[in-house]
Amino acid sequence: MLLQQIINGLTLGSVYALIALGYTMVYGILELINFAHGEIYMIGAYLGIILLAFFTSVGLTAVSLPLTLLLVVVLAALICSAYGFTVEKLAYKPLRNASRLSPLISAIGVSIFLQNYVMLTQGATDKVFPSLFGSGGFRFLSTRVSYLQAAIIVVSGVMMVSLQAFVMKTKTGKAMRAVAQDKTMASLLGINVDKVISITFVVGSGLASVAGVMVAAYYGLVNYFIGYIAGIKAFTAAVLGGIGSIPGAMFGGILLGLVESLGASYISSEYKDAYAFVVLIGILLVRPGGLFGKAPEEKI
Amino acid sequence: MLKLEAVRTRYGPIEALRGIDLTISKGEIVSLIGSNGAGKSTCLMTISGVLKPSSGRIELHGEDIAVLPPHRIVERGVSQAPEGRRIFPRLTVKENLEMGAFPGRGSFPEQIENVFRLFPILKERSRQYGGTLSGGEQQMLAIGRALMARPEILLLDEPSLGLAPIMVSRIFRTIEEINREGMTVLLVEQNARAALRLSHRGYVLESGAITLQGSSEALLGNEKVKQAYLGE
Ligand SMILES: Nc1ncnc2c1ncn2[C@@H]1O[C@H](COP(=O)(O)OP(=O)(O)OP(=O)(O)O)[C@@H](O)[C@H]1O
Ligand SMILES: [Mg+2]
Repeated sequence: MLLQQIINGLTLGSVYALIALGYTMVYGILELINFAHGEIYMIGAYLGIILLAFFTSVGLTAVSLPLTLLLVVVLAALICSAYGFTVEKLAYKPLRNASRLSPLISAIGVSIFLQNYVMLTQGATDKVFPSLFGSGGFRFLSTRVSYLQAAIIVVSGVMMVSLQAFVMKTKTGKAMRAVAQDKTMASLLGINVDKVISITFVVGSGLASVAGVMVAAYYGLVNYFIGYIAGIKAFTAAVLGGIGSIPGAMFGGILLGLVESLGASYISSEYKDAYAFVVLIGILLVRPGGLFGKAPEEKI
Repeated sequence: MLKLEAVRTRYGPIEALRGIDLTISKGEIVSLIGSNGAGKSTCLMTISGVLKPSSGRIELHGEDIAVLPPHRIVERGVSQAPEGRRIFPRLTVKENLEMGAFPGRGSFPEQIENVFRLFPILKERSRQYGGTLSGGEQQMLAIGRALMARPEILLLDEPSLGLAPIMVSRIFRTIEEINREGMTVLLVEQNARAALRLSHRGYVLESGAITLQGSSEALLGNEKVKQAYLGE
């Protein structure tokens, strides 16, 4: 029972973590809460369904399911990255030198726009992700893990490790950290700051879209509103971990998933959505900057 | 090599540079002196493209660079170690230097060897976070980082600011050394005496306009300069 809830929590938490990374990376660089990020995740979930239906109709799914899923995930990530790129260029870049409130309002506007855009083009009712995996799974210690859960945990883990390596080791990753610390100085060293910001949106959107496809497969149902709740949860996870911190977002996401899952089974599932905020308030009282964040007064 | 013609720069309604003319030839050290708020940093930030002049021309080898974004100006060989050093505190010393090499104008191993030769302490500190360095070490890192791009001209904004006298002379000796090796330097300083002793020529900036210019020797002997900037 406990182990089962931990596995469920890890699954959910991995997804929160993937989405939270996009919030935290953008905040780290622009000090902007990208409210439209949850919508990118939602579009990723829709693309999962649409692309899968397409590949099924051309017969690819029957030939090789793993290949099809790989294609779905990669294409969804590419398309969502293009959305993220475009949103930044159209809605945030023109406001780069405006007051801090303007891009925030713009972000809310983009979020509402994208929700309605999907509702109008895809309909207001739930869409179904076909059940491809049946009830397949394996025994793990004293509990059962479905293949899908295992896949979500492993894929998320691999993506998080890759992201961390990218940010810490590559030239572009180091430039991202430099831009987050001092944009003017970065530009004085020859770093194209606009390009680095675009890359941040592209990477964050890609991660969110993978989360979207995986959640669509996991829950089987998608509607135009799922980005809202997931966005709030993931944002909470990012704040919990210390907004701006990449390890913080990973850790915060997983912690949140575990809290929700354990709270729902041991306390009451009715308040499932409230546990996240109880934990958030608790942690911020003790560490105002979040678990991995710097205390606000130390912020440079 | 670098030429400013009637450059004006404003912050909103405030005009901080009111038509600056300035030239720097290859191999020179030129100092730009002036009191607080005269517009020295504004001048360097305008050359680097962080601020855009409202009118006037900035030519590098005859090309107007005033229209280019900052990273393109660095790519053309103009590097700046800005006021306050602006070390990335949560990047290591080595990573700070790597960022300096971002435009890829030289070979990285060669450039970093060169910087470690000028500032051996940076080699010892290379795995430490930039934010943990002392003020003097940070200034060395700031200059070293600017050199990593293998610039043709180096803009230095108050490299002596806040440093102990021994560190100031250390920094100034290094500036002299890199100049002897061929680097062109535009040196902004409040420490007018030290700057003029080091440089070949100098400009005096007062509330956004150049009021005096000439050989450093002449400026060191000028009565007005003596009174206003050398405290004599
Ligand atoms: N970001 C800004 N917004 C508005 N005004 C500014 C800004 N930066 C500088 N100024 C003004 O422009 C003028 C020139 O400033 P600048 O920093 O270039 O002077 P400085 O010669 O470098 O001075 P210091 O020796 O103190 O560094 C000053 O009057 C200053 O108040
Ligand atoms: Mg200044």
